[in-house]
Amino acid sequence: MRQIWFVIAAMSVVAMGGVASAEDVGDPTAVKSEDGKYLDKDGNPTFKVQADGTVDWYTYSGFRRYHSECHVCHGPDGMGSTYAPALANSLKTMSYADFLGTVASGRKNVNTAQENVMPAFGDNPNVACYMDDLYVYLRARANNAIPRGRPAKHEDKSDAYTKAEDACMGNNDKK
Amino acid sequence: MRKVLYATGVGAMAMIAAGAANANEELSKMSKNPKDWVMPAGDYANTRYSKLNQINASNVGKLQVAWTFSTGVLRGHEGGPLIIGNTMYVHTPFPNKVYALDLSQDSKIIWSYEPKQDPNVIPVMCCDTVNRGLAYADGKIFLHQADDTLVALDSKTGKVAWSVKNGDPKKGQTGTSAPLVVKDKVLVGTSGGEFGVQCSMTAYDVKDGKQVWKAYSEGPDDQLLFNDKTTSLGKPVGKDSSLKTWQGDQWKIGGGCTWGWIAYDPELDMVYYGSGNPSTWNPKQRPGDNKWSMTIFARNPDTGMAKWVYQMTPHDEWDYDGVNEMILTDEKIGGKDRKLLTHFDRNGLAYTLDRTDGELLVAEKYDPKVNWTSGVDMDKNSPTYGRPKVLDAASTEKGGEDHNTKGICPAALGTKDEQPAAYSPETQLFYVPTNHVCMDYEPFKVSYTAGQPYVGATLSMYPPPGDKNMGNFIAWDAKTGKIVWSDPEQFSVWSGALATAGNVVFYGTLEGYLKAVDAKTGKELYKFKTPSGIIGNVTTYEHGGKQYIAVLSGVGGWAGIGLAAGLTDPTAGLGAVGGYAALSNYTSLGGTLTVFSLPQ
Repeated sequence: MRQIWFVIAAMSVVAMGGVASAEDVGDPTAVKSEDGKYLDKDGNPTFKVQADGTVDWYTYSGFRRYHSECHVCHGPDGMGSTYAPALANSLKTMSYADFLGTVASGRKNVNTAQENVMPAFGDNPNVACYMDDLYVYLRARANNAIPRGRPAKHEDKSDAYTKAEDACMGNNDKK
Repeated sequence: MRKVLYATGVGAMAMIAAGAANANEELSKMSKNPKDWVMPAGDYANTRYSKLNQINASNVGKLQVAWTFSTGVLRGHEGGPLIIGNTMYVHTPFPNKVYALDLSQDSKIIWSYEPKQDPNVIPVMCCDTVNRGLAYADGKIFLHQADDTLVALDSKTGKVAWSVKNGDPKKGQTGTSAPLVVKDKVLVGTSGGEFGVQCSMTAYDVKDGKQVWKAYSEGPDDQLLFNDKTTSLGKPVGKDSSLKTWQGDQWKIGGGCTWGWIAYDPELDMVYYGSGNPSTWNPKQRPGDNKWSMTIFARNPDTGMAKWVYQMTPHDEWDYDGVNEMILTDEKIGGKDRKLLTHFDRNGLAYTLDRTDGELLVAEKYDPKVNWTSGVDMDKNSPTYGRPKVLDAASTEKGGEDHNTKGICPAALGTKDEQPAAYSPETQLFYVPTNHVCMDYEPFKVSYTAGQPYVGATLSMYPPPGDKNMGNFIAWDAKTGKIVWSDPEQFSVWSGALATAGNVVFYGTLEGYLKAVDAKTGKELYKFKTPSGIIGNVTTYEHGGKQYIAVLSGVGGWAGIGLAAGLTDPTAGLGAVGGYAALSNYTSLGGTLTVFSLPQ
C-alpha cells in the first residue's frame, strides 16, 4: 500500500508531460535545494557535485540503489551490458517524466530480432521509494558530472529524507 | 586403481538394474560410447572427458572449421549440444529453441521447436536468459524452459510428448539449468535466488511427467526430504536442521536455488548437486547459518531422501552460490582407494569429499588471491569442524548494513561460476575455468515483494590489485589441493572445459577464442576466434570416422553483464578508472555453433 502513492505520482507526471523529446531533458544545473534535494530551473531533481568531488545525498544513494536493483541487467555504473542498454546514455535524452513512467510501468521491445523486456518496478519499494535517487545518479552519469565507481564523498542524509524513506519503506510499521 | 566412474558404471548397473527402467540402461550404455555425447557433461560423473584421440597434441594445431550453424538468437549461449548417432540437438537461450540437425546430411534441420512463452519471464531472469542445455532418454529430448516448464519432445519429430509446470515465474521462479535423467526419472532444479524463491530439486517420471518427489533446500524436514539417517560430516543433522538456522519464516523466501549441474553415481545409487545463495544478499537481514543454502546434497534418486549434506559457506555474506558441478572420480588418497567428489566452489575453495558418506578430505584455495577466509577447520574434534574461518576484514556481516567492505576476493561471481571443469583420468588432473576478480560489497536493508528482485547489496568489481588478468585456466590436483599449472586469461574464463584422450584440453574465452592446450603443461597449441564471446561448453563427438569439436559462441550471462563495460579499479588514480579492458571492445552478441575437425 505504502508505495502506491509514488506510482500514482509517477503516472500523473507522465500524463501531464505527454510524449517527451530530447529537448525536455533541460539544463541539469541545480538552482535550488530543498532538504538536501537539488532541483533544476524546471523544478526537476538534479545532482550537485562540489569542487572537491563531494556529491549530494541523492546521487550517492542512487549509486547504491542502482548497483543493487539495476546493475544485474544494465551493467555497472550505468554503462550497459550485453543484456540491457546503457542508462548513462539513455538519460541524455530521456526526460524525468519518461524515466519515472518507464521504471514504474516497465517496457517491452519484443520483435523478431530481439526480445527486451524491462519489468514494472512500481510496486517494488526497493526501487519505487528511490526513484529520484536513481534519476539523480543516472543524470549525473549522463552529464559526466561523476566518474565510474563509488562517489568518494557525499553530503549527509537529511532528516526529511530519512522520514520520507522510512514512511515509504514501511520501516515504522515494524517493531 | 584410478578409474573414473564411467569405467565401472555398466557392471554395477547391470546388477541393480533388475527393477530399474530401460531408460537408465540405455542411457548408461550410450554414455560409454565416445562417439556420442548424450548428457550435459558427457557422462554421469560430470568429467567432461572423451576417449576420442584422433585430434591430439601433435595435430591439433592443424584444426579447421568444418561447419557452422547460426541459432538465430542473440542472448548469452551457455551449455552445449547433445550428439546421438546421426543427430545433433542444439538449444538456445530464451525463447529456448531446439534444433535437431542431421549430421549425415550436412547438418540439415530435421525439426525445430520453439515454445510459446510469456516474455514477462525475461526480466525475472537474473543476469540474462541463458539455458544450459538438454537431456535425452527413452526417445525423448528434455528441455527446461525459461518459464520453469519442463517439456519432453519426441527426439525423432520434435512433437511435445508431455509438459509440466515446475514453478511460477510470477514469483521469480525460472528455468536455466540442464535436466539430468537418472533411471526412469528426469531431475530438474530452479533459478530465482535473487527473487527470494524457496528453491527445490524435483524428479518427474520420464514416461508422463508425473512428479515423483520435490526436495527443498530449506524448510521443515518433510520439505527437505531429510530423515534421522541424514548426516553432515559424519553426524546425523537431527530434527529441524534447517528451521533452526533461520529467523522466523525467512526460510520461505530463502533462496538456495539449484540452477547448477547434477551428477549421478549408479553404483552408490546417489545423485549430487549444490544449492545457491540464501536470499537476500544482505546477511544482516537473515541471521543464522541459513541451512541448507550453499550446500552439497547427496540424495537417493528414487525417493529424493538425503543421505548426507555439507554446507560450504554458512551464513553467506558474498553471494558465493554452491551450485557448481560435482565431479565424481575414483582415486587413491594416502594409499587408500576412495570414491571422491570434487567441487570447485564459487567461494574460491576446491573441496574433495568422500562421496559415500560426505567426509571432508581436502578444502584448499584454487586461486591464491582468495582472501575472505583463512581456510576450513579440518580438525574433526573441533566444534567448528568443516566451517570456513571468516576473516573480519572481508566480513560484510561484521561491516554491517550501509558499510562498504572493500577488497574481498573473489567477487560475487566467484572464483568459478557455473562453467564446468573437466577431469582427465590419464593426467589425474582437473581442468578448471576460473574468474580472477575481487569486489567491494555493501549490504543494505531491502523489502521483499513476490516476483521482484530481492538483492540488498551494492557491489563493484575489479581485478585483484597488481594483476591485469581477470581470469585463469588452471590444472588442479584434487588429492593434494594444489595448482599444477595456470594460464592467465585477459577475461574470466566462462566456458566449460573438455579433456580428451588426445592429451589436449579445450576451452573458450570471452573474447571468442576456442583454445586447445597441452593437458600436461598448459601450453597453447591452437586458437581460433569464433563469431562471439564463448560462455558455452566445449563438446566432442565422432561422425563418419572423424572426430569433431563443437562449441556454442554468443556472449552474455553474468559475464556479459559484469564485464561488457570493463571493470573499474577504485585503488587506482582517476586516470586509470575504466582502464581495464571492456569486453564490448572485443565482441558482440549472436549465437553460433562452430564445429572443428582436422583437414582431410
